[in-house]
Amino acid sequence: MTNLTDLTVAAIRDGVAAGTFSAVEVAEAFNARVAAAQALNAFIVTTPEAALDAARKVDADRAAGNALGKLAGVPIGMKDLFATKGVQTTAASHMLEGFTPQYESTVSQKLWDAGAGMLGKLNLDQFAMGSSNETSYFGNVISPWRRNDGSTAAMAPGGSSGGSSAAIAARLCPAATGTDTGGSIRQPAAFTGISGIKPTYGRCSRWGIVAFASSLDQAGPMARDVRDCAIMLEAMAGFDPKDSTSLDMAVPNWEASLNADMKGKKVGIPREYRVDGLDADVAKSWDDGIAWLKDAGAEIVEISLPHTKYALPAYYIIAPAEASSNLARYDGVRYGLRDLPDGANLQEMYAATRAAGFGAEVKRRILIGTYVLSAGFYDAYYTQAQKVRALIARDFELAFQHCDVILAPTAPTAAFGLGEKTADPLAMYLNDVFAVPASLAGLPAMSVPAGLNREGLPLGLQIVGRPFDEQGVLNAGLAIEARAQFSAKPEQWW
Amino acid sequence: MSVDTATVARIASLARIKVSESELEAMVPELNGILAWVEQLGEVDVTGVEPMTAVIPNTLRLRDDVINADPLTGGDVRDAVLANAPAAEHGFFGVPKVIE
Repeated sequence: MTNLTDLTVAAIRDGVAAGTFSAVEVAEAFNARVAAAQALNAFIVTTPEAALDAARKVDADRAAGNALGKLAGVPIGMKDLFATKGVQTTAASHMLEGFTPQYESTVSQKLWDAGAGMLGKLNLDQFAMGSSNETSYFGNVISPWRRNDGSTAAMAPGGSSGGSSAAIAARLCPAATGTDTGGSIRQPAAFTGISGIKPTYGRCSRWGIVAFASSLDQAGPMARDVRDCAIMLEAMAGFDPKDSTSLDMAVPNWEASLNADMKGKKVGIPREYRVDGLDADVAKSWDDGIAWLKDAGAEIVEISLPHTKYALPAYYIIAPAEASSNLARYDGVRYGLRDLPDGANLQEMYAATRAAGFGAEVKRRILIGTYVLSAGFYDAYYTQAQKVRALIARDFELAFQHCDVILAPTAPTAAFGLGEKTADPLAMYLNDVFAVPASLAGLPAMSVPAGLNREGLPLGLQIVGRPFDEQGVLNAGLAIEARAQFSAKPEQWW
Repeated sequence: MSVDTATVARIASLARIKVSESELEAMVPELNGILAWVEQLGEVDVTGVEPMTAVIPNTLRLRDDVINADPLTGGDVRDAVLANAPAAEHGFFGVPKVIE
């Protein structure tokens, strides 16, 4: 008997459609696996009944001969940043503990409409601010991966979509939603040996996603392989009049058009990403990726993205500035936590509520954002950062005159241990050095597994494409996947 | 530019976040570390560069000027709006007294 929890999204969808197994059998198998993995702390709440209800409907539809959706019978994890009607949505914060949305986010609704079921709400960094899933009010997510030296040290699953990455790597769900503001899909995917794609800004509706930095926030899928990412993204993407930055474009048939043949394609290698002191294993995996794409028929060209160095500092002005504005909504009046000390007036209630409801990293970013937007500093910080952002976007525009996709590492290192980087916020920020530029430019970008480092931890390769060219990104990802032959999985210790 | 305790206290007040003296002391070096690092943006020659306003060119749409064009984001959902309020009373959001 096939182990249902080892199957990919495509295999589950096809097996349910063919009647090889029922959707309920799949949901039960994953529900049991989720229940047995509490040590990973990947879920904030589990919703086994929701998974079963969706599965029963799929089985009934199939029995009745009704057409099945693109994800019929596939149970997934939902990052707890997406509003889910009637199911607590917290953004991993104390501020929103107990918040029960009265509506469903556009992206999650599309997934349910396609026949997917919800296994639960996945843990993340608080308000998606973090790179290691150590800022969640509901505790750290523990990566299923461990170093190969016999150590039992808990490793970071990456962030902010750390519950999503850990759950997929541990086979608790075949796929999950993520959101990416400055690498929050790609970096956790790289840390856990899975795939994830951030589409072009505007492909997926932001309606019903707890806002962090609205000009950067973009939802995308995480799964074990490129095909599964394509299937998920097709279901998640699409125009939504309720999001003013939603792209009014048809959703391509990404899965049907997958093609790993790179003949006639040019792959750009940005020289500025080969930084001094680049981790030797990461550098080697990058070289492997170059060789694999060459083998797939691509021509390799060196390109220059001269403002790369400034992407991260620009990001750490722009994202906190937008966050300070977006998070102003948490006032203890309309929803979420209220802290009303005895005799406090309205202003004191705001300040007490926000002090109690936000974690340290969230406060840090709100303060930075408030400072850079304050009178006298706005031009020096915020306007300057937005000008630099325009230059970073122009770098990519010029580079794409010479190549079709760009290949780079996803992160400067493999996963680190929990607690190893929490003392220094800046050291944590530097983890996103390779991921942030594509976010600032709104470009589609994905991470695919490339191999293991000397410690037995996964490494990811990143592919960045032109605006709207998710297909080119997925195809290059597929060409790498076919040659990397990544089959390692974490040994079950939980 | 760097910040001192008084500046951080002022920013925290603007952001409506209550911070204790000891939290303030801890935040000053952290924020200064981050601010010193972002200073490097000043090196970039941005002559003639317009600040980015939209990452992917898009036109802002206007919806038809009709009531409840989209029932999800229209009106008539008072109870849903109040459902998560910490202190909803008589169909309103309750707040501490604001008029003496």
